[in-house]
Amino acid sequence: MKTVITSHNNNLTSGFDKRFGRAAWYCIYDEDTGETNFVNNENINATHGAGVRAAEKMAELKVNKVISGDFGPKAKQLLNKFNIQMIIIDDENLTVQDIINKIKS
Amino acid sequence: MPRRRSLRKVVAPPGFRGYKPYGSNQVSKEYIELLYEEYEAIKLADYDLLNHQQASELMGISRPTFARIYESARRKIANALVETKEIKTVYGNVWMDKNWYACINCHARFTIPRKMEKQTCPVCSSIQIESIKN
Repeated sequence: MKTVITSHNNNLTSGFDKRFGRAAWYCIYDEDTGETNFVNNENINATHGAGVRAAEKMAELKVNKVISGDFGPKAKQLLNKFNIQMIIIDDENLTVQDIINKIKS
Repeated sequence: MPRRRSLRKVVAPPGFRGYKPYGSNQVSKEYIELLYEEYEAIKLADYDLLNHQQASELMGISRPTFARIYESARRKIANALVETKEIKTVYGNVWMDKNWYACINCHARFTIPRKMEKQTCPVCSSIQIESIKN
């Protein structure tokens, strides 16, 4: 099971980014091995279609869950289609590590 | 300012993006936009053969509103057939009956995709979850 957490930077202490399509980095956390992997988001400055491309990327990376602050209507539709679980967390003061600890427990 | 439109509940979006006429030598370049709620109204009334009262309750709207949507859907389709126009489906004023849930324990909101069987919160594994409109 792979989970993606949107983050501001590329390490575990960096903050949780509440945007999905325009998050700076995606942290891919593998629940089976406990490994984390950071992927850069090349669509951060896209004028349009960032959410759609991000959703397609999630499907490419074969993730099962995405944790973010919100999802746009198009991204929602696509993620629904790909059977990817969307999780919305409102607390923006969390770090990526905090969220991983939450899922583990 | 007019009263806000209440969102219409749609169980599933149409399985197509549109319909195009063929075999006609005067195909109009115009198209009509069939809203998701109109598709849903046609489906409930003429495919599932519900009466308007039952159908309106399913969509979370009043019976007169359902009748209006249904009528507009029929007129649009008739218009497209007679004037050989293309039909395109458009999102409209709806919320999908896709499963959005909120966890009572940690306030996270999440979806449960079809393939997933367990009905627990993905963040704190609490079983205290409730369905929400989103």
